[in-house]
Amino acid sequence: MSHVTLDPRQALPFPQAALHVLRDTQLRKNVAQATDIIQSKRAKLVAEKNDWQQLRTSAAAIRDHVLANLGSYLDQFEARCTAAGGTVHWAADADEARRIILDILREEQASEVIKIKTMTSSEIDLNPALEAAQIQPIETDLAELILQLGQEEPSHLVVPALHINRSQVREIFARAMNLPNLSDDPPELTAAARSYLRKKFLTVPVAICGANFMVAETGAVSIVESEGNGRMCLTLPKTLIALAGIEKLVPRFQDLEVMLQLLARSATGERMSPYTSLWAGVTPNDGPQRFHVVLLDNGRTDILAKKVERQTLRCIRCAACQNSCPVYRQTGGHAYGSVYGGPIGAILTPQLMHLEHAQTLPYASSLCGACYEVCPVKINIPEVLIELRAQVVDRERKTTARVLDPMYLAMRVANFAFAGPTRFRMGQRLLRMALWPLTSRDKWIHWMPSLGSRWTMTRDLRIPPKQSFRKWWESERRPVR
Amino acid sequence: MNATTSSRERILDRIRKATAGGNAAAYESIPRLYDRHGKMQLEQRIALMAERLVEYGAEVVECDPADLIATIAARLESSGRHVIAAPEGLPAEWLISGYSWRVDHGLSYAEIEGAEGVVTAASAAIADSGTIVLHHGPAEGRRVLSLLPDCHLCILRTSQIVETLPEYFDLFPTPPTLATYISGPSATADIEMTRIKGVHGPRHLNVILVRDTSSTSGKLVSMQAAGQAGTQ
Repeated sequence: MSHVTLDPRQALPFPQAALHVLRDTQLRKNVAQATDIIQSKRAKLVAEKNDWQQLRTSAAAIRDHVLANLGSYLDQFEARCTAAGGTVHWAADADEARRIILDILREEQASEVIKIKTMTSSEIDLNPALEAAQIQPIETDLAELILQLGQEEPSHLVVPALHINRSQVREIFARAMNLPNLSDDPPELTAAARSYLRKKFLTVPVAICGANFMVAETGAVSIVESEGNGRMCLTLPKTLIALAGIEKLVPRFQDLEVMLQLLARSATGERMSPYTSLWAGVTPNDGPQRFHVVLLDNGRTDILAKKVERQTLRCIRCAACQNSCPVYRQTGGHAYGSVYGGPIGAILTPQLMHLEHAQTLPYASSLCGACYEVCPVKINIPEVLIELRAQVVDRERKTTARVLDPMYLAMRVANFAFAGPTRFRMGQRLLRMALWPLTSRDKWIHWMPSLGSRWTMTRDLRIPPKQSFRKWWESERRPVR
Repeated sequence: MNATTSSRERILDRIRKATAGGNAAAYESIPRLYDRHGKMQLEQRIALMAERLVEYGAEVVECDPADLIATIAARLESSGRHVIAAPEGLPAEWLISGYSWRVDHGLSYAEIEGAEGVVTAASAAIADSGTIVLHHGPAEGRRVLSLLPDCHLCILRTSQIVETLPEYFDLFPTPPTLATYISGPSATADIEMTRIKGVHGPRHLNVILVRDTSSTSGKLVSMQAAGQAGTQ
């Protein structure tokens, strides 16, 4: 059983959680291997697209256009989906979304429900709520099934079980499916999942899915997947429930020509995923005859209202930022203490939590910009990270406990010293004097007390030069203006 | 229902406030400088489609329209399967003798599940990504029909192949209400990123490319004619 919690209200701060993961060499090996493979596949396929940057520009513009006109496109989607035989529900928060879904399931008298991998379902903690209501959720994506049967937590947006290797999967399946002779050969493990789920697909009457895209023009929903479990869930049950964030819209069917070219290449390093499904409402004699869409806000309208942060909502959950992030590649997803890990999680989680939790996440980045470079919808993640850091600081420095905090004291002193040339010169002199006793014979400082130790713990500090730049300039007889 | 209605108003109200004052750019002004049209001639396009399908592990054969029935027979023969499902609108002559055909006049899931294979037509194909498009018309069948049987034999006319995804969207100005885009057989890489063919969908994808030079698609035929004449 996993000891990991992905509830930001209970998770450890990132540095502590990361330290724990960094000692797990097996996990680090698994994460490094998986992200390396996806990255190299992605790089190869992106290189063959001569119009990749133009596609990114269009995708960002399409998503921005939707966000700027979100109200009217939601109206349009609702009208078209309803006209096509679907039922649209609106959920202001996670609690309301769970209630709506439970009400539908009770009406259907469901005791089991099959599920396609959906991040939104994890975001609202749907499975525990279903279990509490005596409804058994059955995850049908192979990775999600591994996690569910192994009572593990997802660590990646697209391949959520990448931290679990084949022998661990064998252990989980052998126990849960009662197959003691199962080998750790991936094809055999996959075949075991196929036969385990086949009966469920054919008998369970209700399915829950997310949405990769919703088309306002037609009221259609699209799901992109690889295994066929998605097609099973979208086709076989009597009733289908799609849970989707309100931002997941594109204006027109034709806009998918941009999004679909970007998504699979970014997510799994494929030109297209094996299966992309699209359906509008209910089709007589084909697939579920009752179709519900639950539109989820859960903090998204707050993000929409903010100038810098709004771009977060362009995200299409491809996880390219996770694979490219030097921090994620060391820690994996669990350290982020949220179902949304990696760079996108570092900006999305604190915002969905109104910064009250997950305050360390905006710092879980070196700001190298790799995430921005690979993002298919051009989210400037470093820019949002810096904005959120500023908000964390603004919030912190108002609390009384911070008045005597050495870092904030140092910042106030620096603020004072930088405000005038005389103060600055005095400051330089004082600093040289203060550092003198710490200087070794080799002219380097190897140890500093208190906050300074955070620097000298991993680096040495050269002593300040005897002559400041201004002094040197004056001595060169050039007048200072 | 009341609670939902008020949530609807509340969410839309919050959105209105959040997006007020912004001068939203018009839909038409979204930049679209990506490649809409491919540069390949028909033969290259067909070759690329076949190459992509083979990369995915699909089996591909080409044939002339006159040889289609014989080719279907050969493909079914080599698949070793006998109980074959078929959509209601599949041309009757494709249902060759010697097989137990289950034509979908409302088959139950169990009857479809019991079929070892399925034969369907397609709506279009995209060479760039090796994608077969089903809009689930009469000759393509309900979605479940091409899902449960383990072997999918898809019959694709070469005139249906476009090079790029945007060209597919140009072909269908009226959006379909149902569509399935198939790019290779069901697959997973969830265990140590090892690609494994065949999880839940059909584990075998067979494609017959029919060279329909006398097709109804005038544009494509004339393009091919131009290609043969040695002009662009």
